[in-house]
Amino acid sequence: MSTATMAATKPMLTLPGDAVRQIQWRFADRFDLQMLVQSARSVARGTVARLVASGERNTHEWTPGKEAMLEAFDRAGVTAAFMEPEEGGFIAGPKNLALALSAFELAWVDGGAATASLASFLALSPIHERGTQQQVTRYKTLAAPQRADKDGETRKPWRGAFALTEPIPYVGVDTGMLSGKVEIAEWKESEEPWLKVDKRGRFITNIAFADFVTAAVGSADPRIKGSCVVILEVGDEGTFDRGVATKKLVHQLSSTGDPIFSLKVPASRIVGGYTVKDGVIVPNFNHSEVIEAVFRRTRVPVGLMTAAKLLSAVEPVIRYQRERFRGAEGAKPGSIRYEQGIQQREDALHRLVDIWATGEAAASLGFAAARLFDALDPIEKQKNAILKERGVQGGRAEIKALRESELRAIELLSLKAGDERRAELGADPLVQFVLMDAEANVLCPATKLWNTGHGANMMREAVSLMGGYGITEDCPGFLGAKWMDSQLEATYEGPEAVQRRQLTITMTAEIFLAKFRVWIHEMRAIAGTHAGMGACTLASAMEMWLWTLKTLQRATDPEGNKLYHGQRQGVTFALADALCWMVASRCQILDVLELEARGVEDAAAGEGLEGTVPFLSDLCHVQAARAAGETARICAELVFGYNEHPSWSDESHRGCFLASELAAYEGTMPGISAIAIDVLAEDGSHPQKAGPCASCAGNGEFLRMQNKLTGCLSGTRLAKDRAAETVKAVMIPAALDYPA
Amino acid sequence: MANPLHIVVCAGIVPDPLQTLEPVVTATGPGVKNELVLPAVLDPWAASALYEAAHLAGKWPGSKVWLVSVGPKAKLQQVMMTIAQKAAFELVAIDAPIGGFADAEATAQALKDAIAGIAGLDRERLLLFGGWESASRGAGVTLQLVGERLGILDQFQGVDQIDLREDGSFEVAERVEGGRQQVSQCAGAPAVLGWATGNLAEPRNNPQLGMTNMHTVMPALQRAKRMDLSSNGLHYLSVSLPKQQRLTRVVKDATPEAIAAELAEWIGAE
Ligand SMILES: Cc1cc2nc3c(=O)[nH]c(=O)nc-3n(C[C@H](O)[C@H](O)[C@H](O)COP(=O)(O)OP(=O)(O)OC[C@H]3O[C@@H](n4cnc5c(N)ncnc54)[C@H](O)[C@@H]3O)c2cc1C
Repeated sequence: MSTATMAATKPMLTLPGDAVRQIQWRFADRFDLQMLVQSARSVARGTVARLVASGERNTHEWTPGKEAMLEAFDRAGVTAAFMEPEEGGFIAGPKNLALALSAFELAWVDGGAATASLASFLALSPIHERGTQQQVTRYKTLAAPQRADKDGETRKPWRGAFALTEPIPYVGVDTGMLSGKVEIAEWKESEEPWLKVDKRGRFITNIAFADFVTAAVGSADPRIKGSCVVILEVGDEGTFDRGVATKKLVHQLSSTGDPIFSLKVPASRIVGGYTVKDGVIVPNFNHSEVIEAVFRRTRVPVGLMTAAKLLSAVEPVIRYQRERFRGAEGAKPGSIRYEQGIQQREDALHRLVDIWATGEAAASLGFAAARLFDALDPIEKQKNAILKERGVQGGRAEIKALRESELRAIELLSLKAGDERRAELGADPLVQFVLMDAEANVLCPATKLWNTGHGANMMREAVSLMGGYGITEDCPGFLGAKWMDSQLEATYEGPEAVQRRQLTITMTAEIFLAKFRVWIHEMRAIAGTHAGMGACTLASAMEMWLWTLKTLQRATDPEGNKLYHGQRQGVTFALADALCWMVASRCQILDVLELEARGVEDAAAGEGLEGTVPFLSDLCHVQAARAAGETARICAELVFGYNEHPSWSDESHRGCFLASELAAYEGTMPGISAIAIDVLAEDGSHPQKAGPCASCAGNGEFLRMQNKLTGCLSGTRLAKDRAAETVKAVMIPAALDYPA
Repeated sequence: MANPLHIVVCAGIVPDPLQTLEPVVTATGPGVKNELVLPAVLDPWAASALYEAAHLAGKWPGSKVWLVSVGPKAKLQQVMMTIAQKAAFELVAIDAPIGGFADAEATAQALKDAIAGIAGLDRERLLLFGGWESASRGAGVTLQLVGERLGILDQFQGVDQIDLREDGSFEVAERVEGGRQQVSQCAGAPAVLGWATGNLAEPRNNPQLGMTNMHTVMPALQRAKRMDLSSNGLHYLSVSLPKQQRLTRVVKDATPEAIAAELAEWIGAE
């Protein structure tokens, strides 16, 4: 860990720029990604912003303007970011961080633009993750835009749609309720079988122009096993009906509709291929296996879209606040009213600090998740190869085979620094895999859930800081639209309930909890060298959460039913929410430490660091306090909320004093009558209320932690005050760098 | 085919012209308000020069383009992430806190030194490109000064077009007053060409090209020498933006001739 080597603190002069962000989000040495950021930004703040400003969002239909946006993506290199160099792309290796950065830049201006760009990748993802090599090459090459250096080419890139969701009453949150069907149309001896696919989609993005569709279907034929994802093409025999456009209130720069497909396709279109066993087609992957691999990765950029919007709100809000009274008779240049405007008022500053801190935490969490998947991708391939070599294949067998690696990983986490077994265990690719996998299983749903859900709430705050302007189309930075849009980000690719359901399982994995314990120590250690970041507060909250989880896992309600149980979402979902607050706060702290450690060596970032690091640290502190508060509130409610309130009739009121007793005690303990509650009269009658106050007996440990946590909040409001001072003074350009 | 070309493009970075630029007096002389936070772009005239250079080099096999840029390193890096995707070049970077008010002499000297230090540059084949103007204060003399210092006497300003012949000689169209062009014949390199807008559209992004360029761009940025351009005693008495005026009068039933006459009179008086 670094110790502070920077010069004395100064105020932060400017909003954090690219040089700072590249270090925080760890792509300072990736010029491919830096290029992508600039390219995506130029389309976002150019073509996209002009479309939004000219009212293109006021149409549901697919328009030439929206089409031009896709072409701008192609020209800028945004579309090619998903492809391998040999497929027409330019980024080699895993692309989670790349897509995350690109979505972040586009959503900075408009979420729908980001969705339009991501949806084509979403359609390709089943093929990319689980497709056969042939499928990968065919569709990714077709979807790659024409290269700028191949002048003669006039090929239009193929665009795709991903069709999982179906009209009510079928697939929504519950992806198992498939009504889309596949059956055998024709199967001639020693020839490839032909399939008949019937699928209706609902809310399918990109559908107005998709050239191919990856569709989830279940078997309606005894000669096909289970379910699968099939690739449909616009030229296939049968019906390819794009349906009507959805009348969205959000993301109108993307296309959405309810298509109907009834098509005949060769069996080679089954994503990932198939084998034939006893005359039955067995897809190598069922639809759940495919979509699990897909959503795991594609949900992260969605979370980053909302993060971008929160951070994008900072500059327009500051400008609005400062300029609010200029031009008025009483506000002469140089006067406080003229210079500071609404920023004279503490609440306006504090609320903006909260929005900013949330944006920082959300971005840090999302980019941490994206980087983790970049690291995980090659290790996962290695794991697959090792298991294949050992003859292990498929869900259960794999879980069993990895059990030993999990134990080794847990051992690794418990070893002290310097233990010689660390190197051996750490080098084991299977150990590496289970460790990263467990973390990714939490960070991905946490990003999707917290960034979008809580992010939407905070976007509302941002809108409110702009007054009436906030809810007009003219609002600089399009904040009103961004607020509404974040509700879609919280909904598609699995609404919040889906993420909470996933966390219910993944956050209790032994290996994740072992890691979580390491994180608690890590935060305490950070607190030792960096007092003002809220790391200690966070560590205390993490301890409380862990204790609560363990307690609830053993506890039952008054009727003897288990409290921590998949069906008991009142318990599990609430704990999942609390966890998200904390992991976001942790990532935020780690990113600021990275900036502090690496920034000094970086000529570009180094300059303003002595102002930027303390300010971002204050934001960490503000956010950690809020995360700890949420955790404490949720945990307390869960720990005490399932105890029945004592009543006058049962044993619990035996602890109450009798009035006569109190009178006697008053001699030895003067004042006791004043503090004793629930005093019974001589005749046993009690005060007019449902029962005596619940004593906290039995949960002393929790109260101790709660006490400690409360003390840990020391200084957090001072941090907020300091951050507010910076918000008041920081320099911003005279105008937003995109039209509004 | 004639000898391959060696084209050096001098291009600075400027605050995005779409921003509101407001001159202010800073501790170190005049500057642009909030310059630190203004997004930067490659100076538009010089950018045309770069695109023309890349286009020309593409037509003459074996040719090479260098981009020489003086500017704050962090901003240069950010701008390069876009520019490197648009044209093939090798970057020569000089890290200096340059705003619109740097002394043109000092800037020209820094550029000349950098160009003189380029390994493998054949001065006999050198076409020195740049913008004839700048989106910053635009002294309009920097490129001439660099040329003079390099001993290049054939200089053309406000160039819209160059037609290079097989033997290395070329025809240049320069902008002159009254919306006309002056066409000159030049026997060949070395020459200085200060470009107006040229004829080419901004090339579309080519990320693959960007990746190739980056292999030289990043080391060049790392190597960039830190310099403080001397002011040579230059100081400004005052700075202000060109004044914009808008005078509105509602007039009914005026004839086109009367309106034209009034406009002509008004323009004449300005
Ligand atoms: C603009 C837009 C674009 C979209 N793009 C695509 C696309 O390209 N491809 C695609 O396949 N789909 C797409 N979708 C569909 C989207 O993924 C679904 O809307 C989403 O998964 C939710 O399904 P549903 O609307 O049927 O909600 P429902 O399943 O009806 O759920 C509604 C709510 O009920 C509650 N709920 C439901 N189940 C549970 C549970 N088990 N536990 C607790 N609470 C529960 C939750 O609060 C949930 O939010 C898109 C949707 C929109 C609006």
